[in-house]
Amino acid sequence: MRDWAQGALDTATARGAGYADVRVLDACTRTLSTKNGKVGTVSESESLGLGVRVIAEGAWGFAATDQLTREAIDSTAARAVSIARASARVKKKDVVLAPEQKIAAVWRTPIEKDPFAVSLDAMMKLLFRADEEMRRVPRVTLAEASMSFTRLEQLFVSTVGSEIRQTKTYSGAGIVATSFADNEIQKRSYPNSFGGQHATAGYELVERLELVENARRVAEQAVALHQADKCPEGRRTIILDSSQLALQIHESIGHPIELDRVLGTEANFAGMSFLTLDQLGKLRYGSEIVNVVADARLEHGPGLGTFGYDDEGVPAQCIDIIKDGRFVGYLSSRETAPAIGLDRSGGTMRAESWNRIPLIRMTNVSLLPGSWKLADLLADTEDGICFETNRSWSIDDRRYHFQFGTEIAWEIKGGKKARMLKNPSYSGITTEFWNSCDAICNRSHWTLWGTPNCGKGQPMQTMGTGHGAAPARFRNVLVGVAYAQ
Amino acid sequence: MLSEARCREIFETIRRASRADETEVFLLATQAALTRFANNIVHQNVAEEGVNISVRAVVEGRTARATTNKTDVEALRRVAEQAVESARWQPPDPDLLPMPGPQSYRAVDRYSEETARLTPEERAEAVKKVVQRAERSRLTAAGIFSSSATTQALLNSRGLFALHRETKAEFSVTYLDAGSGWAKGNFTTASQLNIEELAARACEKALANREPREIPPGRYTVILEPAAGLDLVGFLFYDFAGTAVLDKRSCFTGLLGKKVFGENISVADDVYHPDQAGPAWDGEGIPRRAVPLVERGVLKDLVYARHTARKMNAQPTGHGMLLPNEWGEAPLNLVFAGGSSSVEDMIRSTPRGVLVTRLWYIREVDPYEKILTGMTRDGTFYVENGKIQYAVRNLRFNQSLKEMLNQVDRLGPPVRAAGEESFEMVVPAMRVQNFRFSEVTRY
Repeated sequence: MRDWAQGALDTATARGAGYADVRVLDACTRTLSTKNGKVGTVSESESLGLGVRVIAEGAWGFAATDQLTREAIDSTAARAVSIARASARVKKKDVVLAPEQKIAAVWRTPIEKDPFAVSLDAMMKLLFRADEEMRRVPRVTLAEASMSFTRLEQLFVSTVGSEIRQTKTYSGAGIVATSFADNEIQKRSYPNSFGGQHATAGYELVERLELVENARRVAEQAVALHQADKCPEGRRTIILDSSQLALQIHESIGHPIELDRVLGTEANFAGMSFLTLDQLGKLRYGSEIVNVVADARLEHGPGLGTFGYDDEGVPAQCIDIIKDGRFVGYLSSRETAPAIGLDRSGGTMRAESWNRIPLIRMTNVSLLPGSWKLADLLADTEDGICFETNRSWSIDDRRYHFQFGTEIAWEIKGGKKARMLKNPSYSGITTEFWNSCDAICNRSHWTLWGTPNCGKGQPMQTMGTGHGAAPARFRNVLVGVAYAQ
Repeated sequence: MLSEARCREIFETIRRASRADETEVFLLATQAALTRFANNIVHQNVAEEGVNISVRAVVEGRTARATTNKTDVEALRRVAEQAVESARWQPPDPDLLPMPGPQSYRAVDRYSEETARLTPEERAEAVKKVVQRAERSRLTAAGIFSSSATTQALLNSRGLFALHRETKAEFSVTYLDAGSGWAKGNFTTASQLNIEELAARACEKALANREPREIPPGRYTVILEPAAGLDLVGFLFYDFAGTAVLDKRSCFTGLLGKKVFGENISVADDVYHPDQAGPAWDGEGIPRRAVPLVERGVLKDLVYARHTARKMNAQPTGHGMLLPNEWGEAPLNLVFAGGSSSVEDMIRSTPRGVLVTRLWYIREVDPYEKILTGMTRDGTFYVENGKIQYAVRNLRFNQSLKEMLNQVDRLGPPVRAAGEESFEMVVPAMRVQNFRFSEVTRY
């Protein structure tokens, strides 16, 4: 890897690049699924390639190849420089990067059990058992179980002089029971939608999920939802479970704080942000109990946004985003950090693979825990609705107006969970919503969820992000609009 | 690009190394480049080349897949072995069919050498003109201009050989000021992209969208430009899969042969349509058939992979995905029949309504009623007394597609439309009565 990377760096520099970095990435993935007692997908894949990113004549160029001969690597590096020169035809000023130190490092995701050393047989047996448990429940029409594992071995070198080797391992698993009856489809997922839980972890993550033990419960809930009352319409006190709150954080905090969106470079596709630069340090984003960080460090937990160094060679950091309700920080890169007066990148640049450039991506954007026990929070709620497990999600292109639906909800009456509700939804305006937060549960209820399917950029890149959350309560939220007439 | 001879050479190396009863190889070679601009500069400019070699092995009634992008002989042997190993331990699959033998394919011409050779300098010069238009109008421009060339080949040990070459060129632009305007085109040849016309349209919308006013949510007559219509009806595509109906997760479950939409709605899947793209064969190499799915509002047919067809007592239509998979098949070349009303005609005949350029972040709220939610974006206008009156703040909708396609009262000529929520299809502009906007945002 090192010879390939250094060769590309040398060629880019010789061709006139003022800055260059090279990533060589060797990825392997395993995807397994079952459906109604049969094998769904069994797939193993590997992908090895090299990407060269340069600044020449003050503009960006990037080229990538999987032909790792000396000739192809030289040609790819030269192509990156020539593309940069083409970019320079439409520029206003030279790209300037925030300074970064030279780093030589080796970093690995800490794992207990290498998923690629676990037999396919053992993995499929577990999926079949969960699948079978779900199908034991009458009127379950579709039982699905899945696992996925990825290992990325990456070398990053740059003209700064850095040489960083990272091995990142990602694991995920989940189950879904679907019931069709009376022209209605209901489903329940465990432990979350989007393929379940995902983390930078080994197979130990899957073993701890207890998929089989939870299969019957979620299957029974999927069937029971047909008989449940519809979620009412109107303004209510709501409690979000930690997985739904994680997605709420992702959409209404994580995306708007991406500085590339704020500065307009995603305007044609992913959109912009209501968090214009004048809001930094001033906007009351949420109530005083709302504290949010973007933390890529190991000590935050094994989130999908946990790493040693980002794809610009910047060390993982913890950035304050919302402090005591006030908006205090963006996600930044070496190019964008100077726009908000920072002398260093926040270390959030990641690329999907060797053939993509790094973009500002959420790391682990997490709501810090509060002080409530969940039982006390429920007991303290006279009349409300508790939403569980995301089913639909949508937000405008400046991240202001959102609407979420969940798979299930529970009415809360007199401090206790009462009837089950189907087709629940809630909607609102981001800042009004976070300012209505009046209770957050404590660390013992806090989970660092993995969102594996965050899309951004052109060409589109899918990235995993982490979001820690504990159940929280919000007042006076509009519910039931999705199904209103 | 992969030559036919190289495809056959890779396949033979894998076949010889494989201990499988049957072996299938899918090859995908890609050369792609994309110039991205924003704030009136090019800020990203990328190019890639790569190849994927995907092997499916069948061993005693079991099947599995392994994929690599390494092309040396040792890597090819290893991927062949991996597919066999992954297949071996599985329980036999009673639905697994023998691989098909050689097939005949209708020719489709979707490759343009000129598009494949588009240079970063040519893309930059085109972007420069788009930016100059922005500067003349005191706007900023953001967008992309991309081009790609791909070769796909499918070969199996029963002698099947299928090869498809295709190019694509795509341009999209958002002009921004206080408001914004957007346009996009996507074709198999760059010469079909009228960048100047797309830029002019987006620019005009941005200028008209400078001071949007708020209108109350409610039910409106809505004129959906083709991109907006596409991003809604595109959500139906998997519902037409036989497997989706078998699994009871299609919104058409129990409705085959019944009237599902208004009489003015007809939908086919037709890879041979001149405005369509993609190969004329499916994931097993079965030739794609043109399938009439909805005729005058009646659900006439679905699409079927081979194994789904056998289960459902139907004929394979050539829409299967690469095996093994849990999804079965999908129509990838939907063509909606249109009418003769232009968007201007629709505006002129609308007493009170909303013109929608584009929709955004559409998600399924209810899978059977097919309720979708999402936002308008980049040019939404209030229409009254047959004229556009003013731009409006973006609105959230919650609308059942089944209901919507029973409330279409005017259709435009079908065109190849490109949005961001669905893949490209041939759809018309449409006017819809009683479209439900549920809330409004702040801009």
